[in-house]
Amino acid sequence: MRTGNGGRVDRSRRINFSFDGRAYQGCAGDTLASALLANGVHLVGRSFKYHRPRGFVAAGSEEPNALVDIDRGNGRSAPNLRATQVELYEGLVAKSQNRWPSLAFDLQALNDLAPAGLFGAGFYYKTFMSPRGAWHRLYEPFIRRVAGLGHAPKLPDPDHYSQRYAHCDVLVVGAGATGLAAALAAGETGAAVILADEQAEMGGGLLDERTASIDGLSAANWVGATLARLAAMPNVTLLPRTQAFGYYAQNFLGLAEKLTEHLAAPDKSQPRERLWKVRARQVLLATGAIERPLVFPDNDRPGVMLASAARTFANRYGVRPGERAVVFVADDTGYGAALDLHAAGTEIAVIADLRTAPSGPGFEAASGTGLRIMPATVVTGVSGNLRVSGVTLGSLAADGTVRGGEKIVCDLVLMAGGWTPAVHLFSQSRGKLAYDSERQIYLPGTYAQAAQSAGACNGTFELAQAIAEGHAAGAVAVGTPGTRSFAVTGAIAPAGGFHGAVPHDRNPEQVKAFVDFQNDVTAKDIKLAVREGMHSIEHIKRYTTTGMATDQGKTSNMNGLAIASAALDKPIPDIGLTTFRPPFTPVTFGTLAGHSRGALLDPVRQTPMHGWAAANGAKFEDVGQWKRAWYFPKPGEDMHAAVNRECRAARSAAGLFDATTLGKIEIVGPDAAEFMERLYTNPWHKLGIGRCRYGLMLNEAGFVMDDGVIGRLAADSFHVTTTTGGATRVLAHMEDYLQTEFPELKVWLTSTTEQWAVIAIQGPKAREIIAPLVEGIDLAAETMPHMSVREGSICGVPTRLFRVSFTGELGFEINVPADHGRAVWEAVHEAGVPHGLTPYGTETMHVLRAEKGYIIVGQETDGTVTPSDLGLDWAIGKAKKDFVGKRSLKRPDLVKTDRKHLVGLLTADPKVVLEEGAQITVEASPATGTPALGHVTSSYWSETLGRSIAMALVAGGKGRMGATLHVPMPDGGIAVTVTEPVFFDKEGGRINA
Amino acid sequence: MPDLTRSRLTPLSSLPPAVPGVSYSAAPAIARLLYRGSDGAVAAGAAFGVALPTQPCSSAIAGDRATLWLGPDEWLLLAPEYETLAVQQAIAAALPGIAHAVVDISHRQVGLRLDGPRAAAVLNAGVPLDLSLKAFPVGMVTRTIFEKAEIILWRTGPVAFRVEVWRSFAPYVMAIMAVA
Amino acid sequence: MLLIRCPYCEMERPELEFRYGGEAHVVRAAEPETIGDEAWGQFLYLRSNPKGLHAERWRHTNGCGRFFNCLRDTVTDRIFVTYKAGEPRPELAS
Repeated sequence: MRTGNGGRVDRSRRINFSFDGRAYQGCAGDTLASALLANGVHLVGRSFKYHRPRGFVAAGSEEPNALVDIDRGNGRSAPNLRATQVELYEGLVAKSQNRWPSLAFDLQALNDLAPAGLFGAGFYYKTFMSPRGAWHRLYEPFIRRVAGLGHAPKLPDPDHYSQRYAHCDVLVVGAGATGLAAALAAGETGAAVILADEQAEMGGGLLDERTASIDGLSAANWVGATLARLAAMPNVTLLPRTQAFGYYAQNFLGLAEKLTEHLAAPDKSQPRERLWKVRARQVLLATGAIERPLVFPDNDRPGVMLASAARTFANRYGVRPGERAVVFVADDTGYGAALDLHAAGTEIAVIADLRTAPSGPGFEAASGTGLRIMPATVVTGVSGNLRVSGVTLGSLAADGTVRGGEKIVCDLVLMAGGWTPAVHLFSQSRGKLAYDSERQIYLPGTYAQAAQSAGACNGTFELAQAIAEGHAAGAVAVGTPGTRSFAVTGAIAPAGGFHGAVPHDRNPEQVKAFVDFQNDVTAKDIKLAVREGMHSIEHIKRYTTTGMATDQGKTSNMNGLAIASAALDKPIPDIGLTTFRPPFTPVTFGTLAGHSRGALLDPVRQTPMHGWAAANGAKFEDVGQWKRAWYFPKPGEDMHAAVNRECRAARSAAGLFDATTLGKIEIVGPDAAEFMERLYTNPWHKLGIGRCRYGLMLNEAGFVMDDGVIGRLAADSFHVTTTTGGATRVLAHMEDYLQTEFPELKVWLTSTTEQWAVIAIQGPKAREIIAPLVEGIDLAAETMPHMSVREGSICGVPTRLFRVSFTGELGFEINVPADHGRAVWEAVHEAGVPHGLTPYGTETMHVLRAEKGYIIVGQETDGTVTPSDLGLDWAIGKAKKDFVGKRSLKRPDLVKTDRKHLVGLLTADPKVVLEEGAQITVEASPATGTPALGHVTSSYWSETLGRSIAMALVAGGKGRMGATLHVPMPDGGIAVTVTEPVFFDKEGGRINA
Repeated sequence: MPDLTRSRLTPLSSLPPAVPGVSYSAAPAIARLLYRGSDGAVAAGAAFGVALPTQPCSSAIAGDRATLWLGPDEWLLLAPEYETLAVQQAIAAALPGIAHAVVDISHRQVGLRLDGPRAAAVLNAGVPLDLSLKAFPVGMVTRTIFEKAEIILWRTGPVAFRVEVWRSFAPYVMAIMAVA
Repeated sequence: MLLIRCPYCEMERPELEFRYGGEAHVVRAAEPETIGDEAWGQFLYLRSNPKGLHAERWRHTNGCGRFFNCLRDTVTDRIFVTYKAGEPRPELAS
């Protein structure tokens, strides 16, 4: 219920929201958790295995139970959000999870009554073992239905997410008292400081203080004054709502900032979240500490919560989480919480202290206030199902036995089990933890990176000391060590604490005392795991799943460890601590993906002529990052019809093709020819200026890696083309050899792929179409034969004009500077239309080249194919002493005669087009397990030939010419005849026209 | 026959919208030449009119020309449009018998300018480098990455940068800047 | 993401700008034709793959474009020193 005054909410601004379909009101400044509690709602979830009713345990990011689904509609939904971190906004719609049909009445709560052991430790490994096959039919579908927490959104996420790299001198994680002091000390020197905090409002635990003062200011006012000073420093970046979730090598940290989650009407143009990738010279961890629950029977009833959480709800949010409380403490801060609740109007029925002789300022103050305190007393049971209705107390004897027990009526139970330093990020940084056996806590020990810890996460619990430690650490981080003291009054520091299972007098087989609330692991489960042979904490963790839920055991690890320690009769440090891994709290996929989704998943590269192709109805296909025109259907045409028409045009008149995406490398320098000689199989020294040659590139192992036509522009200059997909790889390969094997060669390599737009015109009328546009170049067959290159101009634009062909027709590839590509393309097209010039796409290109038996690297090859396998022995410079890959071609495996060779395949039925990738066998219906001879690499309908054609890699193919083989398919084997892989114009008359 | 010498189409037709703190503009068409080879670097700089800097990742400007260090034997030379041939000839004449390479890449990439106090933050949406003035002073230039695209990043003023990017990657880079 | 010092740019740069290039100091024979099948096969396919200090090639692909070498501990991922291609493997003071 809402208190009359106090706290940091604005009671005058009412906020409407709904939970599970029911309307409520909260205040500006509330979280969903505080607003629900203000409405008396404790029941907010069902547990993972047993579907037990659950309420809030904590008030911050460590909350294990209160996971909700927030849905803004249109795909803007997120599951598994901790209600304690969800800021309230007008119209917020929240739903509970893991219950059916409703929270109050959940059918699967019957799991809670299941025979002991059915869902106990290791049940995954025991329960679903037999009968064989039942896993897929029965168990897995069942588990998938009942398990899991929230549901992933089904609609695409309409928001966008951003990322940013940032560098700073000091990254301070945590803006509590310690972190604020650290940021101040570092910021005052002018150093670049980033201060990140997971909460909406910076100040951490100081915002929960009712009585503490610092340097004469109330805690809250000190926070305000300090933040104002930090905000005025241009060198300090304040990042609220920002979770430092991962700490990686060399002080690289991941921070997830929520930008619009708290707004009722987010500006859709703004990113929803931003991933900060921060590189810090120094990291300062001020991550505080997390209070531990006490493990007693039925400690999971809604209304049982951490004392610190109740204190936060009362002091920070002005919410009384109950009217009559039993406070179960093992630490002095529990008394502070009792006093704060008392001040907020909650009746404190009793403070049960597990310790025999409590002491400390909290205890003294509570005694002085007249609160009822029972030392050596434990809670042995909690009544109430959907909400606490009372507890049973027991007195704890010196021998550890418990005798029962007064029953006390209450609607709230607080647990103060002591504090665990939050060393998660330190641990992620590969720092080594040290065990403080006196206080039974793990603390930062040996640092692996340039980092410091200060305050509660460093075991410094006392407020004045923590602030001073933070300030000193901030000063050290910027290289100006110094100390300052802070005058603190009215703060109660952690002192005391308890680990493990609280003793009780109940039948241990019949009670559940929870250790890990989110994964429903009880003290009994851990003891069982030990009895069943799990002796390492890593085994116990996996067997029981303790600490393996989305909260990574923030509230449960130390209790689980202590129970295992007791069961094994070994000290805690001998059992080990499980490793903390990123992320500290769950991070959305959107944040991690950042810009890399939808249209920005990968760069989409377009050629200068793309707009023309799009305007002329082209369908595009993805070739690596490139969009390439695939075919140009006319109205009513399907792909088959369009491609047939395009093929006919190229063979009978001329076709126009955008070849810009082919990789281009300019190789310049006095040793250019020698370099070519070493990187390609062919000879280059004697290639005349203005002439071209087909170049074949091998890797060192002798396998074909790329090919392309290469023109010699000058004695010291070559224009190399590569495959579209190979452009980057080929240049890297060349640079590798040039820099590391042949550094003596005076030659330089420059990618010119994007310098040139390449307009291919192919067909018998190609020359007469472009002749009127070209100046300075004699196009006549005798002066500019096939495989030559000239420089001149076209339509006034400088051009490198290649006479080359990938179709078997007379053809040219017009290279013009890219900005001019579209205009020249349009001019050529306009000039060619009267001659029947037809634009064609990559599909037609593939058909035309296959008719000629031209290979495509990556289609006819797969990284295991040699030149000889492809019938390209003619491209090997036999007289050359060396080239990359030459030695390997003589390796025994590469000269075997039964290697797979490139052949042509003609189907017996010319109408049948084989499937690419189909296997090839001798028999039409081979026995199961018969190895295939090879596979179909390319297969098309050839409009030119009026029949299907195919290329294939077939074992010993050169020796199988004329043989009949089969391509087994689901409908039966297809008979094929092995041929040479050239189907059209074998003499090459057309290309030389 | 049409004369298309002035008929150009760049991929910088739609720039990211200006937002408070940063504005964008397309650098005008320019001659870009990649000069390679250490032996003739001094003579080449003299012929070009701007020395080729030897300090890694630095640049030099004189008049309307600039030289940008990209690697230990690699410089990007910037000059006004249509001076490509003149520059090539001047360097060739100055380096008789000295091994070097000059390649015209005027159309390979485009120049995008960012201006304003938020420019560095926008760039850091994709550039993993420290862009503080201390770490990346005015005049510093380097190849780096912007998300999945390679760029050349050149700081031309305290809050001014020039991004040179291969033309087909420009829309990708600008689209990310627009939502950074 | 590691920071790697590029010996040519003379500064530390983010790992994203670099590409790994395999083991360093694996020399290609000046006259491969004179190498026997067994030795050539080893040159092609066998690498030392040590647990601990490893001399390896990296290229500052999206930077100055140069190949260089480094000594990296394959257990801790720590890079001890980077040096230019062609320079001998440095001795580390232990």
